[in-house]
Amino acid sequence: MYVRVQDQPLDPWEQMRQYRPGDVDDGSFGATAVCVGTMRDFNEGDVISGMTLEHYPGMTEKFLQKIAKEAQDHRDVLDVLIVHRVGELAPGDPIVLVAAWSAHRAAAFEACRYLIEQLKARAPFWKKEVMEAGRARWVERNT
Amino acid sequence: MNDAQIQTSTITVQVKFFASMRERLGVDEQTMTLPAGSSITDLWKLIAGEAKLPANTLVAVNLEYEDAGHVVHNGDEVAFFPPVTGG
Repeated sequence: MYVRVQDQPLDPWEQMRQYRPGDVDDGSFGATAVCVGTMRDFNEGDVISGMTLEHYPGMTEKFLQKIAKEAQDHRDVLDVLIVHRVGELAPGDPIVLVAAWSAHRAAAFEACRYLIEQLKARAPFWKKEVMEAGRARWVERNT
Repeated sequence: MNDAQIQTSTITVQVKFFASMRERLGVDEQTMTLPAGSSITDLWKLIAGEAKLPANTLVAVNLEYEDAGHVVHNGDEVAFFPPVTGG
């Protein structure tokens, strides 16, 4: 299980290449499910040129640890990973990576979906987006 | 009745505000003293002068979500923030 909040750029594919599922032997997992969230350049009909992602240091990490543990406690899930960006982002930048490993695909897909949906619904992160004219607004609805 | 019985005991909590809530109040963190037995709603009344929390406001006490009726204790860290938008 691996959870990190980082203010440095996130390369999800490099992260996946480097990560060795903890306590999981090669050959024991048959499925790896991955979801990557990436910053769009549009939202609610406006062109978006940049974004600041804020979090609640301490609570955010604790919440992510909690959902990671919940996902991993499922008997068929071998390991899970969550990495989330904070700070300044530009369109095209990866925001979040979640991954789950299991012997068969169903459990990996379910765990991956569980992690991203719980994260979006409850993890304390907030997006402030900058529009073309330099105006900024807090995102109020998570789609 | 002696002084100790008459005196209402007070507690001190550390309060944090995030995102649009921080910008609205113009402060990111403050220490508040309030009567023992106060709820989150009571604390909000002291902070903002409003009888109820704004709609959709989320509250955490010691890094866990709680509802507005939750009673705060001395030394608690209480956070107020808008709906979350991560991922």
